[in-house]
Amino acid sequence: MTSLTVEYYAQLREQAGQGREAIDSDADSLASLYAQLKQQHGFRLDTAQLRVAVDAEFADWQQPLIEGSVVVFIPPVAGG
Amino acid sequence: MSRASIAATPVDIELLRRSLQRPDCGGFCVFEGWVRETNEGRRVSGLDYEAYEQLALTEAERILDEATERFGIADARCMHRVGRLAVGDTAVWIGVVTPHRDEAFSACRYIIDQVKLRLPIWKKEHYLEGESAWVACSHGPAHEDGPHHHVTSRLE
Repeated sequence: MTSLTVEYYAQLREQAGQGREAIDSDADSLASLYAQLKQQHGFRLDTAQLRVAVDAEFADWQQPLIEGSVVVFIPPVAGG
Repeated sequence: MSRASIAATPVDIELLRRSLQRPDCGGFCVFEGWVRETNEGRRVSGLDYEAYEQLALTEAERILDEATERFGIADARCMHRVGRLAVGDTAVWIGVVTPHRDEAFSACRYIIDQVKLRLPIWKKEHYLEGESAWVACSHGPAHEDGPHHHVTSRLE
């Protein structure tokens, strides 16, 4: 089990009904962590439509979970 | 003044401009992005911008470093608003100073294009008829999992 924090923004925040949550997960990668949360919260976006960041740096979906880290799933952006 | 900023309230544009003034530069180019009253044929009453601030600032600094390397600019500012904005409000402000004008135009264009592609900032539009929608514009050049997509989804 890895304990970490997930932060949500934009549509993911609305669908999760919260901006952040503490997670204990046995997922072996960020992609499988997202798959678990997608099922739990009913997220409609797939990993192909998202990017992922760990501790405020873009990360690879295949990266394993890091104890105590902050994970953010990034929906399609729309700045400017 | 730091080069990149995310602002929850209106920013004094004159201060941004003045922070860039320097005697070795003769070219100053600015891009201001304003909230428009329509998007894709729908009348917009206002919008909410939301940012993953820590990463947005890091990525904006990275874009400014790239512009410095590519175009040899002397200095730049990039300010993006978050929170509720009304039609006509300034959502983004890019300012670039260079010794000569060509690089100022090129760098300013580069920065705003990369900002739109890469900063983790989201926009929820509110329409006059009462609905709201998250606007999906881009996932940037660094996204490896699929083709670049424009306005592929409108999620309520």
